[in-house]
Amino acid sequence: MSLAHRIIPCLDTDGSRVVKGVHFEALRDAGDPVELAARYNAEGADELVVLDIAAARDNRPTFLETIRRVAEELSIPLSAGGGIRSLEDARSVVDAGADKVTLNTAAVEHPQLISELSREFGAQAVVLAIDAKRVDAHWQVRVKGGRVPTDWNVLDWAARGVELGAGEILLTSVDRDGTQSGFDLELTAAISRSVGVPVIASGGAKLPQHFLDVFREGAADAALAASIFHHQMQSIRELKSFLESRGVSVRLPC
Amino acid sequence: MIATLIDYGAGNVSSVARALGRLGAEVRTTNEPEEIAAATCLILPGVGHSAALLHSLEVHGLRHPLLTAISRGTPFLGICLGLQALYQRSAEAPELAGLGLVDSRVHQLPPNVKLPHMGWNQLRPVRDCHLLEGIPADAYFYFAHSYAAPAGGPATAATCEHGREFTAVLETARIFGVQFHPEKSGVAGAKLLDNFLRLAR
Repeated sequence: MSLAHRIIPCLDTDGSRVVKGVHFEALRDAGDPVELAARYNAEGADELVVLDIAAARDNRPTFLETIRRVAEELSIPLSAGGGIRSLEDARSVVDAGADKVTLNTAAVEHPQLISELSREFGAQAVVLAIDAKRVDAHWQVRVKGGRVPTDWNVLDWAARGVELGAGEILLTSVDRDGTQSGFDLELTAAISRSVGVPVIASGGAKLPQHFLDVFREGAADAALAASIFHHQMQSIRELKSFLESRGVSVRLPC
Repeated sequence: MIATLIDYGAGNVSSVARALGRLGAEVRTTNEPEEIAAATCLILPGVGHSAALLHSLEVHGLRHPLLTAISRGTPFLGICLGLQALYQRSAEAPELAGLGLVDSRVHQLPPNVKLPHMGWNQLRPVRDCHLLEGIPADAYFYFAHSYAAPAGGPATAATCEHGREFTAVLETARIFGVQFHPEKSGVAGAKLLDNFLRLAR
């Protein structure tokens, strides 16, 4: 009996359609979020993340409607984020059916927002998303879709975020995202071993071996991927069977 | 039969309502003392902070009708904080009294493991229980919490372990509680909710 390692598909949306970019750019259409959500729920996904990567103010009602429709399909937890800048924004996605709220740029700009959300919804509902870019011998926190550098070192920012009340870290390697060359194991292990909350590894997944590596060497508690699941290059069921055969605890769907 | 969902203002009421709806239950969501007192089947979902839940029960005057309904034998299911509220007190909100139906206290999980205890975990049955009937022994359920009730005690029907063993399923007479979120626990969770609805009939 032990806590299962989670496999989490991520739906990057423009509010209403799933899109996928390479290196946070070059968007292309990858399907209907509601259809994909239903498929992943049935295939044994452990959780689902839905992000509004456009995060345009006037597009908000569309994204909330997407969350509502996705939540209808799920009997697993749902995280939502992208453009959450205030307690009111967070409340609107929770009311729409999200169990967790993902914060990124706004948390760097206003760290107290993490505390506000944690007090209101509990730490288990606050996911701090960190986009990490390797710069020389350390990792730099990037914001605004990975484009804009900040003064934060990823290790320091993760520790600060947890101190403020984040209950989970969603750690994306900007260097690996979209490359399908595997997770950044060194980055993931460094953060996962330094914080007391679960860490979700993201960026670079393609092969089942990549997931095995990130759970073993990267010490990740969960692993997230998008396009390999959307395009059916990798079935969640087969991925989990592979991991189980290698001794990694996973929840096999019945 | 109508399943009455207690909405104290911060909970995951809508996802529980959706899960019950999929099972064909008629769901009424309320924070009215009269409706709770008259309910034939009560569910208290909880998420977030124990202080918010216990405080809200006081503010809305729900404590007394809830205890009255339960003592009358109305089937009750507490989910996550809703389970913890059955105990005398929680270390998360030590200044507030719990419902006191279970003679023990809720404590924080130890810091030698990652907290919150977040994700899918399995149960260890302590004795036969109705809530888990027909559910495979190796089924996983979704947990998201940092505080938990101790394992021993006559009401504990199944435990789970994260840092230490704790009560995952509580069952005594018509009082039921689960530390995990059945509404987020896939097929196994749906079966558990269905079992509760069947017991409540």
